[in-house]
Amino acid sequence: MASMLLNSVRRCPVSTSWAVRLGTRALGTTAPLQAQLQTKSKKTLARPGVKNIVLVEGVRTPFLLSGTTYANLMPHDLARAALQGLLNKTSLPKDAVDYIIYGIVIQEVKTSNVAREAALGAGFSDKIPAHTVTMACISSNQAMTSAVGLIAAGQCDAVVAGGAEFMSDVPIRHSRKMRKTMLALNRAKTLGQKLSLIGSIRMSHLSPELPAVAEFSTAETMGHSADRLAAAFGVSRLEQDEFALRSHTLAKKAQDDGLLEDVITFKVPGRDIVSKDNGIRPSSMEQMAKLKPAFVKPHGTVTAANSSFLTDGASAVLIMSEEKALAMGYKPKAYLRDFVYVSQDPKDQLLLGPTYSTPKVLERAGLSMSDIDVFEFHEAFAGQIMANLKAMDSDWFGQTYMGRKAKVGTPPMDKFNLWGGSLSLGHPFGATGCRLVTTVAHRLKKEGGQYGLVAACAAGGQGHAMVIEAYPQ
Amino acid sequence: KEKISIALYFNIGIEDTNRITRCQVIHTPMSQYSSTVTRTHVSYEVKDDVAVVRMNDPNSKVNTISIQMQNEMTEVMNELWANDAVKSAVLISSKPGCFIAGADINMIQACSSAEEVTKLSQEGQKMFELVEKSPKPIVAAINGSCLGGGLEFAIACQYRIATKSKKTVLGTPEVMLGLLPGAGGTQRLPKMVGLPNAFDMMLTGRNIRADKAKKMGLVHHLVDPLGPGLKSPEQRTMDYLEEVAIQFAKGIVDKKIPLQKDKGMMQKIQDYVMSFEFVRNQIYKTVHGKVMKQSKGLYPAPLKIIECVKTGVEQGPTAGYLAESQNFGQLAMTAESSALIGLYHGQVACKKNRFGSPAKEVKTLAILGAGLMGAGIAQVTVDKGVRTILKDTTVQGLARGEEQVYKGLNDKTKKKSITSFERDSILSNLCGQLDYKGFEKVDMVIEAVFEDIKIKHAVLKEVEAVVSPHCIFASNTSALPIKDIAAASKRPDKVIGMHYFSPVDKMQLLEIITTDQTSKDTTASAVAVGLKQGKVIIVVGDGPGFYTTRCLAPVLVEAVRVLQEGADPKKLDSLTTSFGFPVGAATLVDEVGIDVAVHVAEDLGKAFGSRFGGGNVDVLKTMVELGFKGRKSGKGWYVYEPGRKIKEVNPEIGEILENYRMKANPAVSSDSDVQYRLISRFVNEAVLCLQEGILNGPLEGDIGAVFGLGFPPCLGGPFRFLDSFGADKLVAKMQQFEAVYGNQFSPCQLLLDHAKDSSKKFHK
Repeated sequence: MASMLLNSVRRCPVSTSWAVRLGTRALGTTAPLQAQLQTKSKKTLARPGVKNIVLVEGVRTPFLLSGTTYANLMPHDLARAALQGLLNKTSLPKDAVDYIIYGIVIQEVKTSNVAREAALGAGFSDKIPAHTVTMACISSNQAMTSAVGLIAAGQCDAVVAGGAEFMSDVPIRHSRKMRKTMLALNRAKTLGQKLSLIGSIRMSHLSPELPAVAEFSTAETMGHSADRLAAAFGVSRLEQDEFALRSHTLAKKAQDDGLLEDVITFKVPGRDIVSKDNGIRPSSMEQMAKLKPAFVKPHGTVTAANSSFLTDGASAVLIMSEEKALAMGYKPKAYLRDFVYVSQDPKDQLLLGPTYSTPKVLERAGLSMSDIDVFEFHEAFAGQIMANLKAMDSDWFGQTYMGRKAKVGTPPMDKFNLWGGSLSLGHPFGATGCRLVTTVAHRLKKEGGQYGLVAACAAGGQGHAMVIEAYPQ
Repeated sequence: KEKISIALYFNIGIEDTNRITRCQVIHTPMSQYSSTVTRTHVSYEVKDDVAVVRMNDPNSKVNTISIQMQNEMTEVMNELWANDAVKSAVLISSKPGCFIAGADINMIQACSSAEEVTKLSQEGQKMFELVEKSPKPIVAAINGSCLGGGLEFAIACQYRIATKSKKTVLGTPEVMLGLLPGAGGTQRLPKMVGLPNAFDMMLTGRNIRADKAKKMGLVHHLVDPLGPGLKSPEQRTMDYLEEVAIQFAKGIVDKKIPLQKDKGMMQKIQDYVMSFEFVRNQIYKTVHGKVMKQSKGLYPAPLKIIECVKTGVEQGPTAGYLAESQNFGQLAMTAESSALIGLYHGQVACKKNRFGSPAKEVKTLAILGAGLMGAGIAQVTVDKGVRTILKDTTVQGLARGEEQVYKGLNDKTKKKSITSFERDSILSNLCGQLDYKGFEKVDMVIEAVFEDIKIKHAVLKEVEAVVSPHCIFASNTSALPIKDIAAASKRPDKVIGMHYFSPVDKMQLLEIITTDQTSKDTTASAVAVGLKQGKVIIVVGDGPGFYTTRCLAPVLVEAVRVLQEGADPKKLDSLTTSFGFPVGAATLVDEVGIDVAVHVAEDLGKAFGSRFGGGNVDVLKTMVELGFKGRKSGKGWYVYEPGRKIKEVNPEIGEILENYRMKANPAVSSDSDVQYRLISRFVNEAVLCLQEGILNGPLEGDIGAVFGLGFPPCLGGPFRFLDSFGADKLVAKMQQFEAVYGNQFSPCQLLLDHAKDSSKKFHK
């Protein structure tokens, strides 16, 4: 049955009977599905003496292609919009949270603690401290797990976590030479000194320094590494294009069906109201096949169409201890359970985070792959997802590189990123983590599952995974 | 803090030969092969319409173009050309680290005449001509070393794809063996990469990394090495290279991929300029001049390479190929080529540990003294992943030493041979400190402190008080007998000498000195460390000056006498360099340090008596008193000023030499006499070391002399020199000198034995 589903899903991922079938499973009316439910390793991940921490709500601004409607904003504007959206949706009193944490990757130097700037503007009480974290594409995961840590340690009861990324504008600097001259100019006392410094400026001083899109340790761009990774696992161009098309198709369907309820409407200052992601573009295999490789030319397989695109966007979640949430009258969406961070070789295994983090977090939680009803993996590149799936399906890789007895095993595709993913919805680096967690919570509810898994890779060869448990209906 | 630091470089790039596993020459008759024999070296399979031809020598770690390989290749090629289902071919090796490293050097050595070798060359030329004219495009897919004959094969193919791996190097190292690329290399390379690049490649023999090869136009396309996937990185990278090469082969057949890429503006300009005969003539002249200046005309191969290229370009391919094969034959018969090939074999032998593997691997090494030597040793150790403690007694000394290590690595990042990230992680292996903290975990200590037996004893005792019992104590002394140092030790079996040469990161030699008490395991461990550091190693017996310093000392005193007899330093330098030494004798003393030379001359003079006499050591002492300590003090025989390239003779030494003037005896003072006075004392001392058992054999003696002291590589070392020059002739010269100067020139017994019986040779 599973394989049948898998086949049908691969070809026609959004069959209409799909939701119905899932619904029936949740209700437990058919025998085989009932059996499946009962085979869960654990009834709940609640542990005596460990605080239950819940996701109360999660929102995000529409994710837009950079350079579009958000083009004239600043990063904290997006973060502020997400925070306001969270306030509106939860009717949270403005002084009810204890702490605010935001994740971001490319930092605007004027707002280096973007969490604080956004919180002040969003109308939160100025008595709430805020800090910003950065961990590449898992920055907002780090914001959320930091929040979990604060609550678990008893330091806070309610924390807002989130993430933002603004790629329409990035800090482009003067060259080091020019900066040196300018700083020296600051210290120059006499007109003569100043003039001689100005006179020392040459054409080479004027060439700007763009923020590195490359891994600092290896000087390799991520797309290039993804192409090599795909090649290492023998992922074909066709497989990548198929997966990318699947992502866009599923995202379009989810958008049309109104499933993406975490998206808030946002009146962009000076522009229109935005209420939808604008990067979802289901194309055809033929159209996609026409594109030339973007990084490894001419024989590479990673193209613009099977990679995530530069995106502007922000997200925010409200995390509380269960007691606090209930005391405040909220109905939590999900429990945030075990999580792990992993890291590996930033050159050849840059994007293999999910392969390493998935078995580790499952082991921590005492679950097996088959216990998971909902998978949300961050899709940096279609090739990266396919490579991870192949790595998880390989005994040789598991034995040789992960010290396991056998392979990790792959998530079934009929549970995998069913509402689209970073390839189609967009990937504002710092904001994606919250989207993944919120989506898992929403899908668990919608599909009637019990356990969900988030996994993501990040620059620096790092990775993350978290287990999420549905809140009893 | 001073040591004997001998700074020598080769102008002729012998030091790179270690990367070649075999020599590269192409030959072999193609007709003798019987097709009934199953193929063992070359196989192929047809994928779609592309034949993938795989080379794999089952008997070796590397592929070489052997008779077998070439015959099978010819057979396979003929099958492919006859097969209509095949439209193109990919040529690839099944060995991840090697495309083709060349051909077996022994085959050329087996030839007894120039004509025989010429014939081999012509057969190679013919085969590659067929490849070049192949009606079906052949794509060479290169991963690992592609050298000599391997490169000549690759450039005969229609298209070349290489992996961007560090192991992938292309080059024509024949010149280092006194040969030339004899299978069309001198004819194809200039057309492919232009005259200047072709000359650079063939005359230096240097290895070219893949990215540079792409820029030069030597390869068309690069493929990135892959990390782990469903197979090991090495295997998967090979498969990927093959997949990409197949795509390209199909693309070439479909005319989607052009064989000639559009030339850039610079290339067009260069081609235009090169179309003028006088421009080309100017290039030949300049290159010829440079070669003459560097090789002093002592090496025939570079000149023949220029000749072959010139003939091909100016008179057309027929004349060019003929010149190439004939010159190749002639070169193979030269004494220079056998000397260089001998060195190559010796170097390979000195890269092995004949003492077996040590009981305990050295994982943490401590170096005492962060001077030029200590820091140099640290630099070649940290980058091999060995934890290294660099200890000094002062903050300033330590800071200087650590900066030296950093600078050495940073220069590599500037040259892009390592990334800044690799530099940083390498440096994390280095721990600079002023005390003995953590020495209990150290497996080996190398001391590089001041050359004074009392200080050596003091540090030895300090070290033995803090290290664990298995720790080895190595002394980087250049002249103090190791047994004297070991006398203060509680465990003399763990004491050994490790004599490095300065600059440590450039000089390949390491002289390891064992005493009667040194245990075999200690020696094995020291050799293992040296090999890890990338050194060529000779293991010698203990005694004053061991081997290298002992050979050098009589040359130094003789050089002083020559100066006292009225030659000026420049004249002395030109006499020595024109004999083949890479650095002149006067410059050498300046590099070593005048004060160090005084130490050596006095110490060894005391130990060996009048045989080590000659020039008056007081000349050097007076110089030291005046502060002329050589390069490091700014003045020695020459004046050294930063930024000044042309050295001037120190004007103040004229007066000193005048005070110590000796009268030259015209009977032994011609230019040639002076050269032989210097060389014969060197050679006699080397033979004496063999006679006394300091040396393990003539091979290590040759390697030590060439790689440590710059003995003319074209002569192959003192022992090979004796074999080719004739011991009797040298003895005759020595006896002539002996009549004037006495026992300093008395030939030793072993030398006399060889002089008496011309059938006795040091090298078989």
